[in-house]
Amino acid sequence: MAAIELRDLWKRYDRVEAVQGINLDIRHNEFIALVGPSGCGKTTTLRMIAGLEDITAGEIRVGDRVVNEVPPKDRDIAMVFQNYALYPHMTVYDNMAFGLKLRKTSKAEIDRRVRDAADILNIGELLDRRPKQLSGGQRQRVAMGRAIVRNPQVFLFDEPLSNLDAKLRVQMRTEIKKIHRRVRTTVVYVTHDQIEAMTLADRIVVMNFGLIEQVGTPDEMYNAPKTRFVASFIGSPSMNFLPCRVVSGGNGSLALRLTDKLSLAVPPERAARYRSHLDREMVFGIRPEHISDRRPNAGSGFEEFEAGMEVVEPMGIDTMVFFSIDGIEICARARPRAVGPVGEAMPFTVDMNEMHLIDPANDRVV
Amino acid sequence: MSSDTATMPAMAKSERTSLALNRTPMWRQRKKLANYLALLPYIAFALFPFYIMVITSLKSNQEINNLSKSPFWATGITTDHYVYLAQNTGFFDHWLLNTVIVATVSTVISVSVGTLGAYALARLRFRGVEMFGVAVFITYLVPQSLLFIPLINVVNAVDSVVPIRDTYWSLILTYPTFLIPFVMWLLMGYFRTIPVEVEECAYLDGCSRLSALFRVVLPMAMPGIICAVLFSYTLSWNEFLYSLVFIQDQAAKTLSVGVFTELIRGDIYYWGSLMAACFTGAIPIVVLYSFFMDYYVSGLTSGAIK
Amino acid sequence: MVAVTNIGRAEARPPLSVRSRLRRSVGPDIDGYGFILPSAIIMVSLVVYPFGLAVWYSLSDAFIGQPASFIGLDNFIYILTVDDIFPKVLRNTLLFAVISVACKVFFGLICALLLQRITTFKRFFRGAMLIPFVAPTALTTLGWWLILDPTYSHINWILKHVWPFSEMGLGPYQFLADPTLALSSVIFVNFWRGLPFFVITILAGLVSIPDHLYEAAEIDGASTWDKFWKITLPLLRPVLAVVILFSTIFTLADFNIVFVLTRGGPMNETHLFATYSYTYGILNHDIGLGAAVSLFLFPILAFTVIFLLRLIRRDTAYEL
Ligand SMILES: Nc1ncnc2c1ncn2[C@@H]1O[C@H](COP(=O)(O)OP(=O)(O)O)[C@@H](O)[C@H]1O
Ligand SMILES: [Mg+2]
Repeated sequence: MAAIELRDLWKRYDRVEAVQGINLDIRHNEFIALVGPSGCGKTTTLRMIAGLEDITAGEIRVGDRVVNEVPPKDRDIAMVFQNYALYPHMTVYDNMAFGLKLRKTSKAEIDRRVRDAADILNIGELLDRRPKQLSGGQRQRVAMGRAIVRNPQVFLFDEPLSNLDAKLRVQMRTEIKKIHRRVRTTVVYVTHDQIEAMTLADRIVVMNFGLIEQVGTPDEMYNAPKTRFVASFIGSPSMNFLPCRVVSGGNGSLALRLTDKLSLAVPPERAARYRSHLDREMVFGIRPEHISDRRPNAGSGFEEFEAGMEVVEPMGIDTMVFFSIDGIEICARARPRAVGPVGEAMPFTVDMNEMHLIDPANDRVV
Repeated sequence: MSSDTATMPAMAKSERTSLALNRTPMWRQRKKLANYLALLPYIAFALFPFYIMVITSLKSNQEINNLSKSPFWATGITTDHYVYLAQNTGFFDHWLLNTVIVATVSTVISVSVGTLGAYALARLRFRGVEMFGVAVFITYLVPQSLLFIPLINVVNAVDSVVPIRDTYWSLILTYPTFLIPFVMWLLMGYFRTIPVEVEECAYLDGCSRLSALFRVVLPMAMPGIICAVLFSYTLSWNEFLYSLVFIQDQAAKTLSVGVFTELIRGDIYYWGSLMAACFTGAIPIVVLYSFFMDYYVSGLTSGAIK
Repeated sequence: MVAVTNIGRAEARPPLSVRSRLRRSVGPDIDGYGFILPSAIIMVSLVVYPFGLAVWYSLSDAFIGQPASFIGLDNFIYILTVDDIFPKVLRNTLLFAVISVACKVFFGLICALLLQRITTFKRFFRGAMLIPFVAPTALTTLGWWLILDPTYSHINWILKHVWPFSEMGLGPYQFLADPTLALSSVIFVNFWRGLPFFVITILAGLVSIPDHLYEAAEIDGASTWDKFWKITLPLLRPVLAVVILFSTIFTLADFNIVFVLTRGGPMNETHLFATYSYTYGILNHDIGLGAAVSLFLFPILAFTVIFLLRLIRRDTAYEL
């Protein structure tokens, strides 16, 4: 239950610059997800907040105090690790009570809080077991219970679901969301899975190479990515990127020329935004769900073209269709009924209102 | 072999009426028997000296000295030699007692000191850890036979402050030289297998370094520590060279040296009492071993197998 | 959303505390030094210092009860040129280490393979095998001393009384009085004591070889023999190398067995470094020569360790 501020936070290991001066304000009771590819510095950031790792430069504030030199035991932070890190020699009850005992909480109070947390997590019957006798999902719950009972200022999660099988992962994801609603507290949640981040977080922080690429709500991250990296990282399957040239389409309009034969008109509202890039080589970004067989009856900004299908992946509700333009593979999302046999040409409609234009010089979205 | 027979019956019932499938095939049984037979010489070889010790210690002197009678068997049984050990030698009163004291105290010292050191070397990050780790390995390899001469000087130097010369305290002082490197070597490997996150979780739960060590890390390392205790105890119990060099006083000797120096007199060997002593001296450690065999095995093999 | 640095606050930050500056220069866990301090003190005063002292003794004419003075390499020169027992010590040590380790590897491997295949009484068999290794060496060697005693020898008794040996007219042998037999006896007892370590460790190595490798080989049509040469032995090599390393070190430095069985005799034929050094330093009171002899062990040990460690490094290159 505290705000966290990271100021110019650096972490240097012997040779690796793991975190390179990040700034972040995490609000009171906010659920923040740190996402990024493996090795981008998420865990390092989290561990610096926890106090498990020394800070090379910069400052961390929790609440209104600078915690740079505060040892982990005095930070009032709880953390859930990827491998759960339960104390193997203690029962589930003792695992959860351990932190409270160290803080000299009364026996009755410990008992009340442990049982409350066990209720929330549905692990009431497991209290006398040892971690060895629990399944992966149960261990996961105990690890969270151990954090909840302490009622800490901040909750840290480091890829808590990645050791679970797919089905359980989805189930626990919902569970975590419910729990956060019940025990309102500040949460920093590290994951490399953007779907987890999208579904859980109030705001998402995308990191890459020790730097923050973008911070925003899930909606902003999806609809208004600021960099090519964020655009490609958020969303599954990933956004398509095609080299293009911004050309003039006559009477003030603009078009993107993808190949000699294929040009797509830019919607008029966007023309002003892109005008300064006229006659330059740019990258056109469009998500698969915005290339489809659906031909809307009304509305503007829809462009059509035909392409030969190369690979078709039925997913039930939709079918992913792969084709290539100038050697670059493109993925589109079509209704299963509209998809013919592989090899045949198929008409596609592009929703240019959802397009992104990226400057290859700095990989930023224009 | 037994597991595949267990899955057979269901198949046999549905497919054939033959019962042959239910049994282990003949050739397999024969092979198994051959296996046990081939092992017998090894076991006999390993236990042979112990057998000789027991048999000889239970025979009367006349029977031992009757060279035409089989030395492999006793016709009459006597406990004379054991009584002799108890009444006429310092075996039980001094040597056994000294050995227990020396082994216990030096084990306690070495395991506690070694555990702290091993924890730091395996877990903590500070300048020079790797160097200390290598130093431990090197001292582990420095044999006692290289150090006993200068250690006389060290014992004498300490003796000028507190009298330890010719007492078992000189052994309690010197045994840690080979016990500590061993304990550290064993436990460093052990601590590395304990996930760091559990310890870190303890810090976040409010532990200081020491409370995390005692309440979380050490309980998790218990099998390794038990192993270290057993090995230290055994090594101290069996130690011979330092004890031979540092102790001359009959009443201060340990088992191995007492038996070797006090029970072999002149040219007439008192084989009966000597073997009784050897056997009795080996019993405590063998009993200890039989109770904790798995720890011994894991300690022995941990260095060789990851 | 990326916040801009608040420069004002960054500048107002108090200077680093002494503790955190220390952490920066020596690492995050300064208390580590505290943890290793007790063992460091003991090791320095009881291993490093004595080792230095041994070096000093070896360069001096130290004698028990007399002041020592520096004499350079005289002790070493004496040992290498004048002393005619020392070459025997070298020879014995080499034979001792090579023969007993070779036997331990060979029989250890066979015994481990047999032990791996048994199912009932597994614990009993394995447990019994290890007893020679845990029992006090000096005492069990005394047992062997009786077995090898010229008058009471059980072996000689068999040769004399048990058919067909009784017909052959062999013996009685003076196991500990004949130089060759004495050295063989010493090696034999060392083999007896060291074998269990090999058996148990190799067995652990065998157990750690995953079954699916053998199954795959069987499907490929490999015979038992093929499987042994192509899977078991190659995968066992790292384990073998480590066992050989430890066994060689402890065999090279052995004292107990030789001292109890022969005291280096007959006629100084069975001395090893340790017993010879004991003879000089303790029995003859010549500390300088005793230290010099024992120091010879060090380069031999170092060489063995480095050589075998190299082998191990190369071997563990293929992980499963
Ligand atoms: N203890 C360490 N010592 C050296 N380098 C490290 C250490 N921990 C992490 N790193 C390096 O720092 C970078 C970031 O690591 P990490 O924060 O664990 O990434 P993530 O959690 O995002 O996958 C990686 O390149 C990693 O190799
Ligand atoms: Mg990580």
